[in-house]
Amino acid sequence: MIAAESAVQRPHDAKLLVVDSDRHIIHVARSAFVDFLRPNDLVIANDAATLPASLSGVHQQTGKPIEVRLAGRPSLDPNDIKRFSAVVFGEGDFHTRTEDRPFPPILQRGDTLLLGPLRATVEGLLDHPRLVSLLFAGTPDEVWAGLASHGRPIQYSHVQTGLELWDVWTRIAGLPVAFEPPSASFVLDWHVLTTIREHGANFATITHAAGISSTGDEDLDRLLPFDEPYRIPATTARAVELARERGGRVIAVGTTVVRALEAAATEDGHLHAGEGVAKGRIGPSTRLRVVDAILSGTHEPGTSHYELLRAFLEDTTLRRATEELDSHGYKTHEFGDSVLILS
Amino acid sequence: MSDPFSGVRVAITGGTSGLGLALVRELSRRGARVAFVARTRERVEQVMRENPGTHGIVGDVSAKNDIYPMAIQITGELGGLDVLINNASDLGPTPLAMLSDTECEDLERVFATNVFGPFRLTKALMGALAASAREGRGAVVLNISSDAAINPYPTWGAYGSSKAALHHMTRIWNEEHEAEGVRFLSLDPGDMDTPMHAAAIPDADPSTLKRPEQSARELVDVIAANLCRGGTPWPPDARDAQRTGGHGVPPLQ
Repeated sequence: MIAAESAVQRPHDAKLLVVDSDRHIIHVARSAFVDFLRPNDLVIANDAATLPASLSGVHQQTGKPIEVRLAGRPSLDPNDIKRFSAVVFGEGDFHTRTEDRPFPPILQRGDTLLLGPLRATVEGLLDHPRLVSLLFAGTPDEVWAGLASHGRPIQYSHVQTGLELWDVWTRIAGLPVAFEPPSASFVLDWHVLTTIREHGANFATITHAAGISSTGDEDLDRLLPFDEPYRIPATTARAVELARERGGRVIAVGTTVVRALEAAATEDGHLHAGEGVAKGRIGPSTRLRVVDAILSGTHEPGTSHYELLRAFLEDTTLRRATEELDSHGYKTHEFGDSVLILS
Repeated sequence: MSDPFSGVRVAITGGTSGLGLALVRELSRRGARVAFVARTRERVEQVMRENPGTHGIVGDVSAKNDIYPMAIQITGELGGLDVLINNASDLGPTPLAMLSDTECEDLERVFATNVFGPFRLTKALMGALAASAREGRGAVVLNISSDAAINPYPTWGAYGSSKAALHHMTRIWNEEHEAEGVRFLSLDPGDMDTPMHAAAIPDADPSTLKRPEQSARELVDVIAANLCRGGTPWPPDARDAQRTGGHGVPPLQ
Protein backbone atom coordinates (compact mmCIF):
# COMPACT_ATOMS: atom_id res chain seq x y z
CA MET A 1 0.00 0.00 0.00
CA ILE A 2 1.01 3.61 -0.49
CA ALA A 3 1.95 5.60 2.61
CA ALA A 4 -0.25 8.62 3.36
CA GLU A 5 2.30 11.43 3.39
CA SER A 6 0.16 14.42 4.40
CA ALA A 7 -0.74 15.08 7.99
CA VAL A 8 -4.45 15.56 7.27
CA GLN A 9 -6.74 13.69 9.67
CA ARG A 10 -9.87 13.80 7.55
CA PRO A 11 -8.91 14.15 3.87
CA HIS A 12 -11.99 14.74 1.72
CA ASP A 13 -11.14 11.74 -0.47
CA ALA A 14 -10.55 9.25 2.36
CA LYS A 15 -11.72 5.75 1.48
CA LEU A 16 -13.33 2.96 3.46
CA LEU A 17 -13.25 -0.73 2.68
CA VAL A 18 -16.16 -2.51 4.36
CA VAL A 19 -16.31 -6.24 4.95
CA ASP A 20 -19.94 -6.90 5.75
CA SER A 21 -21.38 -9.76 7.77
CA ASP A 22 -21.76 -11.85 4.60
CA ARG A 23 -18.06 -11.29 3.82
CA HIS A 24 -18.88 -9.05 0.89
CA ILE A 25 -16.33 -6.33 0.26
CA ILE A 26 -17.68 -2.85 -0.41
CA HIS A 27 -15.78 0.36 -1.24
CA VAL A 28 -17.25 3.66 -0.06
CA ALA A 29 -16.17 7.14 0.93
CA ARG A 30 -15.03 7.05 4.55
CA SER A 31 -17.54 9.71 5.48
CA ALA A 32 -20.22 7.05 4.78
CA PHE A 33 -19.02 5.02 7.77
CA VAL A 34 -22.07 6.03 9.83
CA ASP A 35 -24.44 4.61 7.20
CA PHE A 36 -23.37 1.12 8.30
CA LEU A 37 -24.57 1.74 11.86
CA ARG A 38 -27.83 0.36 13.19
CA PRO A 39 -29.91 1.64 16.08
CA ASN A 40 -28.47 0.56 19.46
CA ASP A 41 -25.00 -0.09 18.05
CA LEU A 42 -22.31 1.23 20.35
CA VAL A 43 -19.26 2.92 18.85
CA ILE A 44 -16.33 2.95 21.26
CA ALA A 45 -13.22 5.05 20.64
CA ASN A 46 -9.95 5.67 22.49
CA ASP A 47 -10.00 9.24 23.82
CA ALA A 48 -6.30 9.35 24.77
CA ALA A 49 -4.48 12.49 23.74
CA THR A 50 -0.99 12.00 22.39
CA LEU A 51 2.11 12.89 24.39
CA PRO A 52 4.95 14.75 22.73
CA ALA A 53 6.96 11.58 23.30
CA SER A 54 9.99 12.24 21.08
CA LEU A 55 12.74 13.95 23.07
CA SER A 56 15.99 15.03 21.45
CA GLY A 57 19.06 15.46 23.58
CA VAL A 58 22.48 14.25 24.55
CA HIS A 59 23.91 11.18 26.27
CA GLN A 60 25.91 12.92 28.99
CA GLN A 61 28.65 10.28 29.36
CA THR A 62 29.68 10.42 25.67
CA GLY A 63 28.30 13.79 24.58
CA LYS A 64 26.65 12.01 21.62
CA PRO A 65 23.26 13.21 20.29
CA ILE A 66 20.30 10.91 20.84
CA GLU A 67 16.55 10.77 20.29
CA VAL A 68 14.48 9.19 23.04
CA ARG A 69 11.02 7.87 22.14
CA LEU A 70 8.96 7.28 25.24
CA ALA A 71 7.20 3.96 24.78
CA GLY A 72 5.50 2.83 27.98
CA ARG A 73 4.36 3.85 31.44
CA PRO A 74 3.30 1.77 34.43
CA SER A 75 -0.11 3.44 34.85
CA LEU A 76 -2.30 6.36 33.77
CA ASP A 77 -1.94 8.11 37.16
CA PRO A 78 -1.05 11.80 36.52
CA ASN A 79 1.61 11.65 39.23
CA ASP A 80 3.10 8.45 37.84
CA ILE A 81 4.89 10.42 35.12
CA LYS A 82 8.53 9.97 36.10
CA ARG A 83 9.12 6.38 34.99
CA PHE A 84 8.96 5.31 31.34
CA SER A 85 10.24 2.58 29.12
CA ALA A 86 11.83 4.16 26.06
CA VAL A 87 13.40 3.38 22.72
CA VAL A 88 16.65 5.28 22.12
CA PHE A 89 18.06 6.16 18.71
CA GLY A 90 21.43 7.67 17.85
CA GLU A 91 21.94 10.86 15.87
CA GLY A 92 19.23 12.05 13.47
CA ASP A 93 15.50 12.49 13.49
CA PHE A 94 12.28 11.39 11.81
CA HIS A 95 13.52 12.45 8.35
CA THR A 96 15.57 9.22 8.31
CA ARG A 97 13.71 5.91 8.14
CA THR A 98 13.76 4.21 11.54
CA GLU A 99 15.26 1.15 9.83
CA ASP A 100 18.28 3.28 8.90
CA ARG A 101 18.71 5.07 12.22
CA PRO A 102 22.02 4.44 14.01
CA PHE A 103 22.14 2.83 17.43
CA PRO A 104 22.60 5.14 20.40
CA PRO A 105 25.92 5.09 22.22
CA ILE A 106 26.20 2.05 24.50
CA LEU A 107 23.92 2.81 27.43
CA GLN A 108 24.72 1.72 30.96
CA ARG A 109 22.56 1.65 34.04
CA GLY A 110 22.99 4.99 35.84
CA ASP A 111 23.79 6.98 32.66
CA THR A 112 22.26 10.45 32.35
CA LEU A 113 20.27 11.65 29.36
CA LEU A 114 19.95 15.44 28.97
CA LEU A 115 16.72 16.13 27.09
CA GLY A 116 16.15 19.88 26.83
CA PRO A 117 14.91 20.99 30.24
CA LEU A 118 14.50 17.35 31.31
CA ARG A 119 17.07 15.08 32.87
CA ALA A 120 16.60 11.31 32.93
CA THR A 121 18.61 8.48 34.45
CA VAL A 122 18.84 5.08 32.78
CA GLU A 123 17.38 2.81 35.45
CA GLY A 124 17.50 -0.43 33.56
CA LEU A 125 18.44 -2.07 30.26
CA LEU A 126 15.59 -4.05 28.74
CA ASP A 127 16.45 -6.98 26.46
CA HIS A 128 17.65 -4.80 23.57
CA PRO A 129 20.40 -2.17 23.04
CA ARG A 130 17.76 0.46 22.17
CA LEU A 131 15.30 -0.31 24.95
CA VAL A 132 15.73 1.15 28.43
CA SER A 133 13.74 2.18 31.49
CA LEU A 134 14.14 5.83 32.49
CA LEU A 135 13.58 7.84 35.64
CA PHE A 136 13.03 11.58 35.16
CA ALA A 137 14.29 14.06 37.75
CA GLY A 138 11.97 16.69 39.27
CA THR A 139 8.39 16.88 40.46
CA PRO A 140 5.55 15.46 38.32
CA ASP A 141 4.59 19.04 37.34
CA GLU A 142 8.17 19.75 36.26
CA VAL A 143 8.18 16.61 34.12
CA TRP A 144 4.84 17.59 32.53
CA ALA A 145 6.18 21.10 31.83
CA GLY A 146 9.38 19.70 30.34
CA LEU A 147 7.50 17.29 28.07
CA ALA A 148 5.12 20.08 27.03
CA SER A 149 7.89 22.51 26.10
CA HIS A 150 10.51 20.17 24.63
CA GLY A 151 8.76 17.04 23.37
CA ARG A 152 7.62 16.53 19.79
CA PRO A 153 5.13 14.01 18.48
CA ILE A 154 6.78 10.72 17.49
CA GLN A 155 6.91 10.66 13.74
CA TYR A 156 8.09 8.54 10.83
CA SER A 157 9.80 9.43 7.57
CA HIS A 158 6.73 8.92 5.37
CA VAL A 159 5.53 12.32 6.62
CA GLN A 160 8.39 14.73 5.90
CA THR A 161 7.01 17.89 7.51
CA GLY A 162 7.36 18.18 11.26
CA LEU A 163 4.19 17.21 13.10
CA GLU A 164 2.60 19.47 15.68
CA LEU A 165 0.40 18.24 18.50
CA TRP A 166 -2.69 19.57 16.74
CA ASP A 167 -1.84 17.25 13.84
CA VAL A 168 -1.95 14.18 16.06
CA TRP A 169 -4.57 14.96 18.72
CA THR A 170 -7.92 13.52 17.72
CA ARG A 171 -10.99 15.72 18.13
CA ILE A 172 -11.95 13.70 21.22
CA ALA A 173 -8.45 13.73 22.73
CA GLY A 174 -8.61 14.06 26.51
CA LEU A 175 -6.05 12.55 28.88
CA PRO A 176 -2.54 12.81 27.37
CA VAL A 177 -1.33 9.24 27.76
CA ALA A 178 -0.82 7.84 24.23
CA PHE A 179 2.69 7.62 22.80
CA GLU A 180 1.38 7.66 19.25
CA PRO A 181 -2.06 8.84 18.17
CA PRO A 182 -4.97 6.40 18.31
CA SER A 183 -5.29 7.28 14.66
CA ALA A 184 -8.38 5.23 13.82
CA SER A 185 -10.24 7.99 15.69
CA PHE A 186 -9.10 10.57 13.13
CA VAL A 187 -12.33 9.60 11.36
CA LEU A 188 -14.33 11.16 14.20
CA ASP A 189 -15.17 14.80 14.60
CA TRP A 190 -17.95 16.47 16.56
CA HIS A 191 -20.23 16.44 13.54
CA VAL A 192 -19.71 12.70 13.07
CA LEU A 193 -20.59 12.10 16.73
CA THR A 194 -23.82 13.99 16.15
CA THR A 195 -24.52 11.83 13.09
CA ILE A 196 -23.87 8.64 15.09
CA ARG A 197 -26.57 9.72 17.54
CA GLU A 198 -28.92 10.60 14.69
CA HIS A 199 -28.59 7.01 13.47
CA GLY A 200 -29.85 5.82 16.85
CA ALA A 201 -26.42 4.46 17.71
CA ASN A 202 -24.43 5.46 20.78
CA PHE A 203 -20.92 6.59 21.50
CA ALA A 204 -18.61 5.80 24.40
CA THR A 205 -14.88 5.91 25.08
CA ILE A 206 -12.04 4.13 26.80
CA THR A 207 -8.64 5.65 27.53
CA HIS A 208 -5.72 3.52 26.40
CA ALA A 209 -2.04 4.47 26.35
CA ALA A 210 -1.46 3.52 22.71
CA GLY A 211 2.20 2.62 22.32
CA ILE A 212 4.67 3.01 19.50
CA SER A 213 3.81 1.20 16.31
CA SER A 214 7.25 0.52 14.92
CA THR A 215 10.90 0.85 15.91
CA GLY A 216 12.51 -0.07 12.60
CA ASP A 217 14.28 -2.95 14.32
CA GLU A 218 12.94 -6.44 13.66
CA ASP A 219 13.92 -7.87 17.02
CA LEU A 220 12.36 -4.98 18.88
CA ASP A 221 9.24 -4.89 16.70
CA ARG A 222 8.60 -8.52 17.63
CA LEU A 223 8.09 -7.31 21.21
CA LEU A 224 5.31 -4.91 20.13
CA PRO A 225 2.85 -3.94 21.35
CA PHE A 226 4.36 -3.32 24.78
CA ASP A 227 2.14 -3.56 27.86
CA GLU A 228 -0.33 -0.66 27.73
CA PRO A 229 -2.33 0.72 30.68
CA TYR A 230 -5.96 1.54 30.04
CA ARG A 231 -9.05 2.75 31.82
CA ILE A 232 -12.65 1.72 31.16
CA PRO A 233 -15.17 4.24 32.57
CA ALA A 234 -18.12 2.74 34.45
CA THR A 235 -20.41 4.55 32.01
CA THR A 236 -18.77 2.71 29.10
CA ALA A 237 -19.17 -0.68 30.80
CA ARG A 238 -22.86 0.11 31.33
CA ALA A 239 -23.22 1.26 27.73
CA VAL A 240 -21.85 -2.11 26.55
CA GLU A 241 -24.41 -3.95 28.69
CA LEU A 242 -27.16 -1.74 27.34
CA ALA A 243 -26.11 -2.32 23.73
CA ARG A 244 -26.12 -6.09 24.36
CA GLU A 245 -29.56 -6.02 25.94
CA ARG A 246 -30.94 -4.10 22.98
CA GLY A 247 -29.26 -6.21 20.31
CA GLY A 248 -26.70 -3.60 19.27
CA ARG A 249 -23.15 -4.34 18.18
CA VAL A 250 -20.00 -3.12 19.93
CA ILE A 251 -17.90 -1.41 17.27
CA ALA A 252 -14.33 -0.61 18.29
CA VAL A 253 -12.64 2.37 16.66
CA GLY A 254 -9.06 1.18 16.45
CA THR A 255 -6.95 -1.71 17.67
CA THR A 256 -6.26 -0.12 21.06
CA VAL A 257 -9.96 -0.19 21.90
CA VAL A 258 -10.06 -3.91 21.13
CA ARG A 259 -7.01 -4.47 23.33
CA ALA A 260 -8.49 -2.56 26.26
CA LEU A 261 -11.99 -4.04 26.06
CA GLU A 262 -10.80 -7.61 25.62
CA ALA A 263 -8.23 -7.23 28.41
CA ALA A 264 -10.98 -6.02 30.74
CA ALA A 265 -13.44 -8.77 29.78
CA THR A 266 -14.17 -11.80 31.89
CA GLU A 267 -14.54 -15.27 30.39
CA ASP A 268 -18.29 -14.79 30.05
CA GLY A 269 -17.93 -11.44 28.32
CA HIS A 270 -18.65 -9.21 31.32
CA LEU A 271 -16.71 -5.95 31.18
CA HIS A 272 -14.81 -4.72 34.23
CA ALA A 273 -14.77 -0.95 34.62
CA GLY A 274 -11.57 0.59 35.99
CA GLU A 275 -7.88 0.57 35.23
CA GLY A 276 -5.82 -2.31 33.95
CA VAL A 277 -2.87 -3.19 31.76
CA ALA A 278 -3.32 -4.82 28.35
CA LYS A 279 -0.64 -7.46 27.76
CA GLY A 280 0.15 -9.80 24.92
CA ARG A 281 -1.06 -9.84 21.35
CA ILE A 282 -4.51 -10.37 19.97
CA GLY A 283 -4.51 -12.67 16.96
CA PRO A 284 -6.26 -15.49 15.08
CA SER A 285 -6.54 -17.68 18.17
CA THR A 286 -8.14 -14.95 20.28
CA ARG A 287 -11.82 -15.42 21.06
CA LEU A 288 -13.30 -11.92 21.15
CA ARG A 289 -15.64 -11.57 24.11
CA VAL A 290 -16.82 -7.96 23.89
CA VAL A 291 -16.08 -6.45 20.50
CA ASP A 292 -18.21 -7.38 17.49
CA ALA A 293 -16.75 -5.14 14.79
CA ILE A 294 -13.80 -2.85 14.16
CA LEU A 295 -13.18 0.39 12.31
CA SER A 296 -9.45 0.60 11.82
CA GLY A 297 -6.69 1.94 9.64
CA THR A 298 -5.37 -0.18 6.81
CA HIS A 299 -2.68 -2.55 8.03
CA GLU A 300 -0.09 -4.59 6.19
CA PRO A 301 0.56 -8.29 6.82
CA GLY A 302 3.24 -8.94 9.40
CA THR A 303 2.33 -6.06 11.71
CA SER A 304 0.76 -6.61 15.14
CA HIS A 305 -2.24 -4.55 13.96
CA TYR A 306 -2.82 -6.95 11.04
CA GLU A 307 -2.54 -9.89 13.42
CA LEU A 308 -5.30 -8.31 15.52
CA LEU A 309 -7.58 -8.12 12.47
CA ARG A 310 -7.17 -11.91 12.14
CA ALA A 311 -9.25 -12.21 15.31
CA PHE A 312 -12.18 -10.73 13.34
CA LEU A 313 -11.76 -12.40 9.95
CA GLU A 314 -10.63 -15.73 8.59
CA ASP A 315 -7.38 -15.50 6.59
CA THR A 316 -8.92 -16.03 3.17
CA THR A 317 -11.23 -13.01 3.53
CA LEU A 318 -8.51 -10.89 5.09
CA ARG A 319 -6.17 -11.71 2.21
CA ARG A 320 -8.91 -10.79 -0.25
CA ALA A 321 -9.43 -7.49 1.55
CA THR A 322 -5.70 -6.78 1.54
CA GLU A 323 -5.56 -7.43 -2.22
CA GLU A 324 -8.42 -5.03 -2.77
CA LEU A 325 -6.76 -2.36 -0.62
CA ASP A 326 -3.70 -2.67 -2.87
CA SER A 327 -5.56 -2.75 -6.15
CA HIS A 328 -7.85 0.15 -5.23
CA GLY A 329 -5.02 2.45 -4.21
CA TYR A 330 -5.80 2.67 -0.49
CA LYS A 331 -3.30 4.59 1.61
CA THR A 332 -1.82 3.24 4.79
CA HIS A 333 -0.26 4.48 8.07
CA GLU A 334 -1.74 6.91 10.56
CA PHE A 335 -3.14 9.43 8.07
CA GLY A 336 -4.30 6.74 5.64
CA ASP A 337 -7.63 5.19 4.69
CA SER A 338 -9.78 2.88 6.82
CA VAL A 339 -11.41 -0.53 6.96
CA LEU A 340 -14.65 -1.51 8.67
CA ILE A 341 -15.05 -5.17 9.54
CA LEU A 342 -18.59 -6.06 10.54
CA SER A 343 -19.50 -9.38 12.06
CA MET B 1 -21.86 17.53 53.31
CA SER B 2 -18.73 18.15 51.26
CA ASP B 3 -18.57 21.12 48.93
CA PRO B 4 -19.78 20.23 45.43
CA PHE B 5 -16.39 21.42 44.20
CA SER B 6 -14.44 18.87 46.20
CA GLY B 7 -12.17 17.08 43.71
CA VAL B 8 -13.50 18.96 40.69
CA ARG B 9 -10.72 19.63 38.18
CA VAL B 10 -10.64 23.29 37.14
CA ALA B 11 -8.35 25.29 34.84
CA ILE B 12 -8.26 29.10 34.97
CA THR B 13 -6.41 31.38 32.59
CA GLY B 14 -5.06 34.70 33.83
CA GLY B 15 -4.84 33.23 37.32
CA THR B 16 -2.33 35.50 38.99
CA SER B 17 -4.21 38.77 39.32
CA GLY B 18 -7.64 40.33 39.72
CA LEU B 19 -10.63 38.05 39.21
CA GLY B 20 -8.48 35.11 38.08
CA LEU B 21 -6.50 35.11 41.30
CA ALA B 22 -9.71 35.41 43.33
CA LEU B 23 -11.09 32.40 41.43
CA VAL B 24 -7.93 30.37 42.13
CA ARG B 25 -8.27 31.14 45.84
CA GLU B 26 -12.03 30.54 46.01
CA LEU B 27 -11.89 27.23 44.14
CA SER B 28 -8.88 26.01 46.16
CA ARG B 29 -10.70 26.90 49.36
CA ARG B 30 -13.68 24.85 48.21
CA GLY B 31 -11.58 21.76 47.55
CA ALA B 32 -11.25 21.93 43.76
CA ARG B 33 -8.09 20.72 42.06
CA VAL B 34 -6.89 23.86 40.34
CA ALA B 35 -4.50 24.51 37.46
CA PHE B 36 -3.95 28.12 36.47
CA VAL B 37 -2.16 29.76 33.59
CA ALA B 38 -0.34 33.10 33.48
CA ARG B 39 2.48 34.67 31.53
CA THR B 40 5.03 35.58 34.21
CA ARG B 41 6.96 32.72 35.80
CA GLU B 42 7.71 34.62 39.03
CA ARG B 43 4.03 35.44 39.58
CA VAL B 44 2.97 31.87 38.77
CA GLU B 45 5.44 30.51 41.32
CA GLN B 46 4.35 33.04 43.92
CA VAL B 47 0.64 32.18 43.53
CA MET B 48 1.49 28.47 43.74
CA ARG B 49 3.38 29.06 46.99
CA GLU B 50 0.46 31.02 48.41
CA ASN B 51 -2.06 28.36 47.31
CA PRO B 52 -0.49 24.98 48.04
CA GLY B 53 -1.72 22.14 45.89
CA THR B 54 -2.46 24.32 42.87
CA HIS B 55 -0.68 23.70 39.58
CA GLY B 56 0.82 26.83 38.00
CA ILE B 57 1.46 26.81 34.26
CA VAL B 58 3.47 29.47 32.44
CA GLY B 59 1.94 30.40 29.10
CA ASP B 60 0.35 33.12 27.01
CA VAL B 61 -3.15 32.37 25.70
CA SER B 62 -2.63 34.81 22.83
CA ALA B 63 0.31 32.74 21.53
CA LYS B 64 -0.80 29.91 19.25
CA ASN B 65 2.21 27.76 20.08
CA ASP B 66 1.55 27.96 23.82
CA ILE B 67 -1.93 26.42 23.63
CA TYR B 68 -1.16 22.70 23.29
CA PRO B 69 1.66 22.81 25.87
CA MET B 70 -0.92 24.40 28.20
CA ALA B 71 -3.56 21.79 27.37
CA ILE B 72 -1.10 18.92 28.00
CA GLN B 73 -0.10 20.32 31.38
CA ILE B 74 -3.69 21.03 32.42
CA THR B 75 -5.07 17.59 31.56
CA GLY B 76 -1.85 15.79 32.48
CA GLU B 77 -1.45 17.35 35.92
CA LEU B 78 -5.14 17.25 36.84
CA GLY B 79 -5.79 13.86 35.23
CA GLY B 80 -8.60 15.32 33.08
CA LEU B 81 -10.73 18.45 33.21
CA ASP B 82 -14.23 19.29 34.42
CA VAL B 83 -14.27 23.10 34.31
CA LEU B 84 -12.43 25.56 32.09
CA ILE B 85 -12.55 29.26 32.95
CA ASN B 86 -11.33 31.50 30.14
CA ASN B 87 -10.58 34.55 32.24
CA ALA B 88 -7.40 36.07 30.78
CA SER B 89 -8.27 39.31 29.02
CA ASP B 90 -6.52 42.14 27.22
CA LEU B 91 -8.05 45.60 27.58
CA GLY B 92 -6.01 47.01 24.71
CA PRO B 93 -3.86 50.13 24.91
CA THR B 94 -4.63 52.67 27.61
CA PRO B 95 -5.76 55.33 27.84
CA LEU B 96 -8.72 53.83 26.03
CA ALA B 97 -9.19 55.14 22.51
CA MET B 98 -12.02 55.64 20.06
CA LEU B 99 -12.31 52.75 17.64
CA SER B 100 -11.22 54.89 14.67
CA ASP B 101 -8.11 55.86 16.63
CA THR B 102 -7.31 52.22 17.49
CA GLU B 103 -4.32 50.76 15.67
CA CYS B 104 -5.11 47.57 13.72
CA GLU B 105 -2.23 45.80 15.47
CA ASP B 106 -3.70 46.69 18.86
CA LEU B 107 -7.11 45.34 17.84
CA GLU B 108 -5.47 42.13 16.64
CA ARG B 109 -3.67 41.75 19.95
CA VAL B 110 -6.92 42.20 21.91
CA PHE B 111 -8.70 39.62 19.76
CA ALA B 112 -5.73 37.24 20.06
CA THR B 113 -6.13 37.19 23.85
CA ASN B 114 -9.89 37.58 24.21
CA VAL B 115 -11.20 35.54 21.27
CA PHE B 116 -8.61 33.34 19.53
CA GLY B 117 -6.95 32.28 22.79
CA PRO B 118 -10.18 31.01 24.39
CA PHE B 119 -11.21 29.50 21.04
CA ARG B 120 -7.97 27.55 20.67
CA LEU B 121 -7.74 26.45 24.29
CA THR B 122 -11.39 25.39 24.45
CA LYS B 123 -11.00 23.44 21.22
CA ALA B 124 -7.88 21.68 22.50
CA LEU B 125 -9.62 20.81 25.78
CA MET B 126 -13.03 19.89 24.32
CA GLY B 127 -12.15 16.19 24.30
CA ALA B 128 -11.26 16.21 28.00
CA LEU B 129 -14.40 18.17 28.88
CA ALA B 130 -16.65 15.87 26.85
CA ALA B 131 -15.04 12.83 28.51
CA SER B 132 -15.89 14.29 31.91
CA ALA B 133 -19.49 14.88 30.83
CA ARG B 134 -19.80 11.32 29.46
CA GLU B 135 -18.75 9.99 32.84
CA GLY B 136 -21.45 11.96 34.62
CA ARG B 137 -19.04 14.41 36.27
CA GLY B 138 -20.44 17.28 34.25
CA ALA B 139 -18.40 19.78 32.27
CA VAL B 140 -18.59 23.57 32.19
CA VAL B 141 -16.74 26.22 30.23
CA LEU B 142 -17.08 29.69 31.73
CA ASN B 143 -16.03 32.56 29.53
CA ILE B 144 -15.62 35.79 31.46
CA SER B 145 -17.61 38.47 29.68
CA SER B 146 -18.44 42.10 30.28
CA ASP B 147 -21.36 44.49 29.88
CA ALA B 148 -19.13 46.05 27.21
CA ALA B 149 -19.96 42.95 25.12
CA ILE B 150 -23.54 44.25 24.81
CA ASN B 151 -23.41 48.03 25.35
CA PRO B 152 -21.56 50.20 22.80
CA TYR B 153 -19.50 52.21 25.29
CA PRO B 154 -17.41 54.82 23.46
CA THR B 155 -13.63 54.12 23.70
CA TRP B 156 -14.26 50.50 24.68
CA GLY B 157 -14.35 49.35 21.03
CA ALA B 158 -11.47 46.88 20.95
CA TYR B 159 -12.32 45.24 24.26
CA GLY B 160 -16.10 45.42 23.81
CA SER B 161 -16.13 43.97 20.28
CA SER B 162 -13.81 41.14 21.32
CA LYS B 163 -16.03 40.31 24.29
CA ALA B 164 -19.08 40.43 22.03
CA ALA B 165 -17.43 37.86 19.77
CA LEU B 166 -16.58 35.65 22.73
CA HIS B 167 -20.10 35.95 24.13
CA HIS B 168 -21.67 34.88 20.85
CA MET B 169 -19.20 32.04 20.38
CA THR B 170 -20.15 30.83 23.84
CA ARG B 171 -23.83 30.74 22.92
CA ILE B 172 -23.12 28.78 19.75
CA TRP B 173 -20.83 26.33 21.54
CA ASN B 174 -23.55 25.78 24.13
CA GLU B 175 -26.08 24.89 21.45
CA GLU B 176 -23.65 22.65 19.56
CA HIS B 177 -22.42 20.66 22.56
CA GLU B 178 -25.64 20.23 24.47
CA ALA B 179 -25.78 16.61 23.35
CA GLU B 180 -22.30 15.98 24.79
CA GLY B 181 -23.40 17.48 28.09
CA VAL B 182 -20.83 20.28 28.05
CA ARG B 183 -22.30 23.58 29.25
CA PHE B 184 -20.93 26.94 28.11
CA LEU B 185 -21.51 30.06 30.20
CA SER B 186 -20.78 33.69 29.41
CA LEU B 187 -21.02 35.80 32.55
CA ASP B 188 -20.30 39.41 33.42
CA PRO B 189 -18.61 39.60 36.84
CA GLY B 190 -19.47 43.30 37.21
CA ASP B 191 -17.20 46.30 37.67
CA MET B 192 -14.51 45.14 40.05
CA ASP B 193 -11.64 46.71 41.90
CA THR B 194 -8.92 45.09 39.79
CA PRO B 195 -5.72 46.23 38.04
CA MET B 196 -7.57 46.05 34.69
CA HIS B 197 -10.34 48.33 35.88
CA ALA B 198 -7.77 50.78 37.27
CA ALA B 199 -6.04 50.81 33.87
CA ALA B 200 -9.33 51.51 32.10
CA ILE B 201 -10.73 54.10 34.51
CA PRO B 202 -7.86 55.36 36.67
CA ASP B 203 -9.96 57.87 38.62
CA ALA B 204 -12.75 55.43 39.61
CA ASP B 205 -13.52 55.33 43.33
CA PRO B 206 -12.55 51.78 44.45
CA SER B 207 -15.19 51.88 47.19
CA THR B 208 -17.91 51.91 44.52
CA LEU B 209 -16.51 48.74 42.88
CA LYS B 210 -17.14 45.09 43.63
CA ARG B 211 -14.43 43.09 45.33
CA PRO B 212 -13.13 40.40 42.94
CA GLU B 213 -13.55 37.91 45.80
CA GLN B 214 -17.30 38.55 45.76
CA SER B 215 -17.53 38.09 41.99
CA ALA B 216 -15.49 34.90 42.26
CA ARG B 217 -17.91 33.46 44.83
CA GLU B 218 -20.91 34.31 42.65
CA LEU B 219 -19.34 32.81 39.52
CA VAL B 220 -18.34 29.62 41.32
CA ASP B 221 -21.92 29.23 42.57
CA VAL B 222 -23.23 29.48 39.01
CA ILE B 223 -20.70 26.89 37.82
CA ALA B 224 -21.78 24.58 40.65
CA ALA B 225 -25.40 24.86 39.55
CA ASN B 226 -24.40 23.84 36.03
CA LEU B 227 -22.21 20.91 37.00
CA CYS B 228 -24.07 17.64 36.98
CA ARG B 229 -22.40 15.52 39.62
CA GLY B 230 -22.74 12.07 41.05
CA GLY B 231 -22.07 9.53 38.31
CA THR B 232 -25.24 9.86 36.28
CA PRO B 233 -25.69 6.50 34.52
CA TRP B 234 -25.06 7.19 30.89
CA PRO B 235 -25.23 9.90 28.24
CA PRO B 236 -28.99 9.85 27.55
CA ASP B 237 -29.79 10.03 31.25
CA ALA B 238 -26.98 12.49 31.91
CA ARG B 239 -28.30 14.69 29.15
CA ASP B 240 -31.79 14.64 30.59
CA ALA B 241 -30.51 15.52 34.04
CA GLN B 242 -28.56 18.42 32.65
CA ARG B 243 -31.43 19.69 30.62
CA THR B 244 -33.68 19.92 33.64
CA GLY B 245 -31.02 20.92 36.15
CA GLY B 246 -28.89 23.25 34.07
CA HIS B 247 -29.26 26.94 33.45
CA GLY B 248 -28.20 27.20 29.80
CA VAL B 249 -26.41 30.42 29.03
CA PRO B 250 -27.67 32.89 31.57
CA PRO B 251 -28.21 36.43 30.42
CA LEU B 252 -25.41 38.83 31.12
CA GLN B 253 -25.79 40.15 34.63
